[in-house]
Amino acid sequence: MSTETLEQKKQEEVVQKPSEALLSKRRKRLISDPLNEDNPITVQVLGICSALAVTVKMEPTLIMSIAVVFVIVFANLIISVLRNLIPNRVRIIVQLAVIATLVTLVSEVLKAYSYDMYKVLGAFVGLIITNCIVMGRLEAFAMGNKPYDSILDGLGSGFGYAWIILTVAFFRELFGSGSIFDFKLFEAVGITNFPTNGLMVDSIGAFMVLGVLIWVQRSKTGYVEH
Amino acid sequence: MELVSLGIKSIFIENMIFAYFLGMCSFLAVSKKVSTAVGLGAAVIFVLTITVPVNWLLQEYILKEGALAWMGAGFADINLEFLQFIMFIAIIAAMVQLVEMIIEKFSPALYGSLGIFLPLIAVNCAILGSSLFMVQRDYVLSEATVFGFGSGIGWMLAIVALAAIREKLKYSNVPGGLKGLGITMLITGLMGIAFKSFIGIAI
Repeated sequence: MSTETLEQKKQEEVVQKPSEALLSKRRKRLISDPLNEDNPITVQVLGICSALAVTVKMEPTLIMSIAVVFVIVFANLIISVLRNLIPNRVRIIVQLAVIATLVTLVSEVLKAYSYDMYKVLGAFVGLIITNCIVMGRLEAFAMGNKPYDSILDGLGSGFGYAWIILTVAFFRELFGSGSIFDFKLFEAVGITNFPTNGLMVDSIGAFMVLGVLIWVQRSKTGYVEH
Repeated sequence: MELVSLGIKSIFIENMIFAYFLGMCSFLAVSKKVSTAVGLGAAVIFVLTITVPVNWLLQEYILKEGALAWMGAGFADINLEFLQFIMFIAIIAAMVQLVEMIIEKFSPALYGSLGIFLPLIAVNCAILGSSLFMVQRDYVLSEATVFGFGSGIGWMLAIVALAAIREKLKYSNVPGGLKGLGITMLITGLMGIAFKSFIGIAI
């Protein structure tokens, strides 16, 4: 049988298949799995660097989360659209180029509209390029799936990353600076002499909080590493 | 003398792992055995010592505002800094590829033992991070080289130490949910406290 007839057959099959619902069960799982059971940070151990570095306060963490969600979703979309055109040998370079372009976009927007945040985040915006979550999703999902599914997968992984780093930032800012989003929580409820914990502001606090968070999360899902 | 002090500072006080969390992914993933940790650490030192000065030259003579002045007066007010990320990551990827080919040619034994880790270095945040810090802190060429080398040594020290602890940890009874990543994070935190004792040392 020649390849043409094979391709024709394939196309017919595609046409015959009824189109999947916009948010079918499988697609909902694409979003919900990375939030808990398959979380990129606590289970897959990806993207730890930035998860720890920017989480001293809530506000930069929120900006960082938005930036990462944006980069993952669009990188997934672009790579997924191009997936049949990218030669296998040079795919890492192509992926890096796409990610680097998106990150440059984020960094320029930050520089233009929120220069203070740009100064606070510093080199860590650039380091989204080497955030393993982005590379990992491109490599593991976008290279083999359709654009719409890839967008959902990107959203799932992005939000899975976001809620973990926001939780870490919540505890670090609460105990390290006694505030939430720079709002002095303890002073507001009348505790004026709250001793702030210097360790929490320091890098060590990040390791500890994330370690405990992983413990709590894993004992809930029952995931055990061997 | 300033260079020595900068080197010591980048190894201990501003350690890539404990102060900036850079290169955490491979730090956590490859720290199960001391021998592989040593191999990866050596490769990181090698790549860092080459890429930081090369990226410095790139920044200074091509990307910075007014850096293209050597090509003629017409180029003097061009600012290519927005290309920084793409250029840096391209240089790093190319350097890693080059290093891989050189090692394969001249030392097949070392190449075999490093295996998959060599290409993985391209996406190690410590490498790109050092280049970005180098730009932020306005180093000169000699400082950039020492900084790259020192950061690499510091990173290797951290990963080898963690690998040694984790090898011993196999025999202890850790609660189920804390096994693996959880306990490793806590240990890294404790090691960070130890490294904090270097703060304030001035040479």
